[in-house]
Amino acid sequence: MDQFTLNLIVVGMTFALYIGIAIWARAGSTAEFYAAGRGVHPVMNGMATGADWMSAASFISMAGIIALSPAGGYQQSAFLMGWTGGYVLLALLLAPYLRKFGKFTVPEFIGDRFYSGTARLVAVICLIVISVTYVIGQMRGVGVTFSRFLEVSTDTGLYIGAAIVFAYAVLGGMKGITYTQVAQYVVLIIAYTIPAIFISLQLTGNFLPQLGLIGGYAPQGGEVAMLEKLDQVVTELGFTAYTADTSNMFNMVLFTMSLMIGTAGLPHVIIRFFTVPKVSDARSSAGWALVFIALLYTVAPAVGSMARLNLTTTFWPNAVTGNALDGDAIAIADIDSKPELAWINTWKATKLLDFSDLNGDGKIQYFNEPKAVTAANKALADASKALADSTEADKSALEAKVAEAKAAVDAALAEAKLGGKSLAELGLVGNEVTKIDNDIMVLANPEIAKLPGWVIALVAAGGLAAALSTAAGLLLAISSAISHDLIKGSLNPQISEKGELLAARISMGVAIAVATWLGLNPPGFAAQVVALAFGLAAATIFPALMMGIFSTRINKEGAIWGMLAGLAFTSVYIFLYLGWFFIPGTNVYENTAANYFFGISPLSIGTVGALVNFLVAYVVTGMTKAPPQEVVDLVESIRIPKGAGAAQAH
Amino acid sequence: MADKSTSNAYWAANVRVILISLAIWFFCSFGLGIILRPALSGIHIGGADLGFWFAQNGSIYVFLVLIFAYAAKMNKLDKEYGVDE
Repeated sequence: MDQFTLNLIVVGMTFALYIGIAIWARAGSTAEFYAAGRGVHPVMNGMATGADWMSAASFISMAGIIALSPAGGYQQSAFLMGWTGGYVLLALLLAPYLRKFGKFTVPEFIGDRFYSGTARLVAVICLIVISVTYVIGQMRGVGVTFSRFLEVSTDTGLYIGAAIVFAYAVLGGMKGITYTQVAQYVVLIIAYTIPAIFISLQLTGNFLPQLGLIGGYAPQGGEVAMLEKLDQVVTELGFTAYTADTSNMFNMVLFTMSLMIGTAGLPHVIIRFFTVPKVSDARSSAGWALVFIALLYTVAPAVGSMARLNLTTTFWPNAVTGNALDGDAIAIADIDSKPELAWINTWKATKLLDFSDLNGDGKIQYFNEPKAVTAANKALADASKALADSTEADKSALEAKVAEAKAAVDAALAEAKLGGKSLAELGLVGNEVTKIDNDIMVLANPEIAKLPGWVIALVAAGGLAAALSTAAGLLLAISSAISHDLIKGSLNPQISEKGELLAARISMGVAIAVATWLGLNPPGFAAQVVALAFGLAAATIFPALMMGIFSTRINKEGAIWGMLAGLAFTSVYIFLYLGWFFIPGTNVYENTAANYFFGISPLSIGTVGALVNFLVAYVVTGMTKAPPQEVVDLVESIRIPKGAGAAQAH
Repeated sequence: MADKSTSNAYWAANVRVILISLAIWFFCSFGLGIILRPALSGIHIGGADLGFWFAQNGSIYVFLVLIFAYAAKMNKLDKEYGVDE
């Protein structure tokens, strides 16, 4: 059976399962639609939260981001700590109290606690910006995964994905989504860990990838540590050591913190804790969620480091047991003829991996090209292009420029060293692996490790499960904000339960249509906007919720101005470097470390935005009237677990 | 609802547990994983230095233990103060 048929069968089976669950778990009431009737067991809820949280970015991209980071893999630890440490904040600071509050949405809590429709509206706006931003990436993820494994166009893949989400999210609401996510979690975690286990066995002899990460490097008898071997191989080729320290500790701390409080402030994650029966379940449910998330997140660094090592030794076969440069680089003839190297051409066809034999020696040399060489090569290419495009009769000036640029390239090649020799002596003209996409580290992992076809099919199903489950969770957060906070909360408070349920389903349908359209026509800045989503969640929703629970003093003026200040400060700082509303060319400063205030990158600014929010809220509260007694009573009641069941009625 | 003094005492006890937990949370991630890494580079866990291991694996295990320990401690406090469900 060929790979395509296998992919089709495995993906088709998982889709049939999701639809089956949706029909079984139809929602009949708003409580079921928004909060799955609050009857979800904490372990099940943890699993569903795991699938909800782990997006296409976690599944497909994260290991590659760590593996291929130019500053070394350690630098990217911020993602690992940030995207897990946020659950500690959720369990300790938010989940149990929001569950006790017993309503359906995040803006509803903010509106009630700060006794203000305006506060609720500000929260709805933040929620929609955060969630819509996120959902674009998921829809793209669905389309890309489909097109890669099922040989349909990205657009067709997107339509199929949207239809599947529509079927189970509109029908089942939170109830359908939750039970589907449980199934999706199982699919994605199996798909992620199986290749990791095999690759860990091959490289370190350890069954558990977590032990493989700190294990010995098996091809050299296990005496050298795998990480030490990796450091040695990549530094020999001119790359930064994999375990190198960060050059900006302050920024790494702020970035990690922004991801943590951003995670705790993401509405689609928070609403998961409304679905459990009791307050104590909300606490342990965050723990179970982290158990299931940790299964992937503790494996990811092993996948990243081992895939990087495997990739590098594939290009430099001698590096498996010795020094890379003591042997020859991989030969093109071998890539074309040896079956175990066939994956290189497969992925070259997708453009995620690309190479060209610049020096014409029939081999592909992969190394970190020194900046001076890159600059000299670019100057030469520009000069040659100017000469070729010229229509003037006298080209001698341009020809002289090309000759000058050629001499500069030769000088740069003689100057740049690799393993003690200059590039000119080694016969190199530049790095010949011109593209390695981050995503390839997970997607091509089974092929690099020579695993059977069904594992490859499983990775396809896993990637789709990760993207679909996150998309569904986000769409539910958006639709409940519209039907519950906007329609029921302010436009038409008299709406019947049946009417609200219909409104929820319609807004879900509209949200899916909008998300699909945005996925088909993604704004060019989709990647940058994720920084905004985390920054805003950190700077607006997290501080508002925390102050609402831990302070009886903060009043509506404080909360509203705090959120607005956090929102404005964070978005302006991001816009300064990435352009106003992400319009290219409108940025005030170039987006490089040298230009950052105190070295703080736009990705890390959420932490400062949260501080601004807290500060403004306290100052404004000090100048305005204290909140009324019934609000103080409300805060005191959510701090006590007793009586959570009774609060369910709306 | 429980009477006012009980619920105040319960809340104070809860806040104390939260602060201790957050101190551990901060120490194992930001402390061992980032700030103290250069100082502790001589200590190894398997083939990784202590800071690298905490940043990529260790802190996540501590987070897990922390949440379940907090949940257990709070269940006990809930019963002690008679505010459990």
